[in-house]
Amino acid sequence: MTVSTMHGVLEPVQERGRAALERLGLPTRRQEPWRLTNLKRLGALAEMKLSEAGAPRPLPDSSGLRIVLDGISDPLDGVTLPEGITLLQAAELQQALGHTLDRCGCADDWAVEFNHASTKQVLALRIRGTVPPLELVMSGGSGLAATRVLLLLEEKADLEVLEVVLADGQSAHTHLLEVHLGQEAQLRHGFLASADGTASLLAHLAVEQEPRSSYSFTSVIEGWAFGRVEPRVVQVDGQAQTTLKGLAVTSGDQQLATHTAVRFAGPEGELDQLQKCLAADRSHTIFNGAITVPREAQRTNAAQLSRNLLLSERARVDTKPELEIVADDVRCAHGATVSQLQEDQLFYLQSRGISAADAAALLLQGACQEIVDQLPAAARAWEPLKRVMKGLSS
Amino acid sequence: MIRPDAELLLDITDLHASVEDQPILKGVNLQVRAGEIHAVMGRNGSGKSTLSKVLAGHPAYRVTGGSVRYRGTDLFDLEPEERARLGIFLGFQYPVEIPGVSNLEFLRVSTNARREKQELEELDTFDFEDHVKEKLKVVQMDPAFLERSVNEGFSGGEKKRNEILQMALLEPVVAILDETDSGLDIDALRIVAGGVNQLANPDNATLLITHYQRLLDEITPDYVHVMAAGRILRTGGRELALELEQTGYDWVDRELAAQGAA
Repeated sequence: MTVSTMHGVLEPVQERGRAALERLGLPTRRQEPWRLTNLKRLGALAEMKLSEAGAPRPLPDSSGLRIVLDGISDPLDGVTLPEGITLLQAAELQQALGHTLDRCGCADDWAVEFNHASTKQVLALRIRGTVPPLELVMSGGSGLAATRVLLLLEEKADLEVLEVVLADGQSAHTHLLEVHLGQEAQLRHGFLASADGTASLLAHLAVEQEPRSSYSFTSVIEGWAFGRVEPRVVQVDGQAQTTLKGLAVTSGDQQLATHTAVRFAGPEGELDQLQKCLAADRSHTIFNGAITVPREAQRTNAAQLSRNLLLSERARVDTKPELEIVADDVRCAHGATVSQLQEDQLFYLQSRGISAADAAALLLQGACQEIVDQLPAAARAWEPLKRVMKGLSS
Repeated sequence: MIRPDAELLLDITDLHASVEDQPILKGVNLQVRAGEIHAVMGRNGSGKSTLSKVLAGHPAYRVTGGSVRYRGTDLFDLEPEERARLGIFLGFQYPVEIPGVSNLEFLRVSTNARREKQELEELDTFDFEDHVKEKLKVVQMDPAFLERSVNEGFSGGEKKRNEILQMALLEPVVAILDETDSGLDIDALRIVAGGVNQLANPDNATLLITHYQRLLDEITPDYVHVMAAGRILRTGGRELALELEQTGYDWVDRELAAQGAA
């Protein structure tokens, strides 16, 4: 069984997606999650034609397992999956597909339905035991690229995955990832999405965690004219560990929104979240961090911090924590700061012979490093920090 | 060491400066020659820290009158980084923490910026590590501090040692140390002062900005200046610092009042 023969499974999903889009229509500013969205750009993305062919682009060398997805060609062509990683059978896929989306409350979400309506293939992998690191490279041609991935981590499975999304020119990418972590499973998930300032991105991640599992998500996103990234995590019975570290970087007139949602559906869950946004020129970053702690989620321990740097007077940052806490015995800390490059830090560096421009670059690198360092080792080949700095200086 | 024929490094003439439109310096005159150690003393608010920041080029301080020539060049024509490359060094009273920027990398970049002006070879990562290990001895600093972010989580004493380490690396012509003694216990003070003494030579000069005389027990100045109300009120030798220690700053008020009346 290969990925391309799974079209049969996806056809009904696609139809339902199209019907949902008809019914929902394009989001409007009256809908809270889309209130600050550049709807013109979202509309342009929605109108874009599916790309006919992938764009072969030069990729850095990789010594590990790399799978390239363009939404059209068979991603497993020429790939040998190592022991412990297997492709889901059609019947299994039928059962698993959409399950985590439902658990994460993504029904009728416009971005999800848009992906449903567009994707023609799904890469669905089962992970058993400790497996070698996996790299998923997603890159489409001109037009709209649509990719969908499903990862089922069995009990005690251990995986490190790096997703890289690349795009340029008048193109767009919709990506949907579903992850199920069985009990005591561990996933270190890196997400590096990099574009040239003209392409658009919609990325939706739904993650379901069984007790004592650990999910660690690090995202570095830069260079998208329009971007919206929505990681949603549910700890189905609590007692799991979630770490979310995000870096969102914008310049020019880009807009990038990060909407995270973590729900503790059981007791003693833990969350450690740090979101950093850097906005230069006339760009706009948005962060919405929802944390839901219902009555059954006693002894939850969650911390969320949003730190933002405004690099120009015309840049804009919107940051909003959204805590819904019903349980009474919980620890939920949250904080948000918006600042500019500190004059005292700049002067300190200048007083040591470092030029004003180099000093600013050092400070920005310093601000990004904290997140970039958390990406999986495979990310180094992609030079994430260099990409971020280049994006800021162009 | 006073040598009247030594090179005039810093020539400050009738210097006026403001911060947030508040005049702080009101006519400072000071000449510093190679080989000299000057101590500038005075109460809080006398303008001595402002003097150090104006010389280093802090953007919050505005020069409103007078001139400063550094080895013949108008200092105010130079950006702060250019002053540093040419050999002006400010040891900060409150060294700034810079999270995410490695101390080692910071020291290497700044050292190379200065070395370029000194017409010395640029040091790559490996050569620099050897170079900096030598300089660590000047302030008896643990190499572990090189691996951390610049000043982040350093104690007060560690920050001041890091300042003197930078001074050792940058080999300044004029070092201005702004209250380097503040917040140090006696052991740390001796280490820091020992570093300054090791670095002083006949070709450079040191300007010690200090509130207390105890630093001057460790570093012997050639001149002691007392600042008040934005000017140098009196200049003397080492004995002036001892006199201040005994009599305090009360005479300053009397002298200011007398001048005001005159």
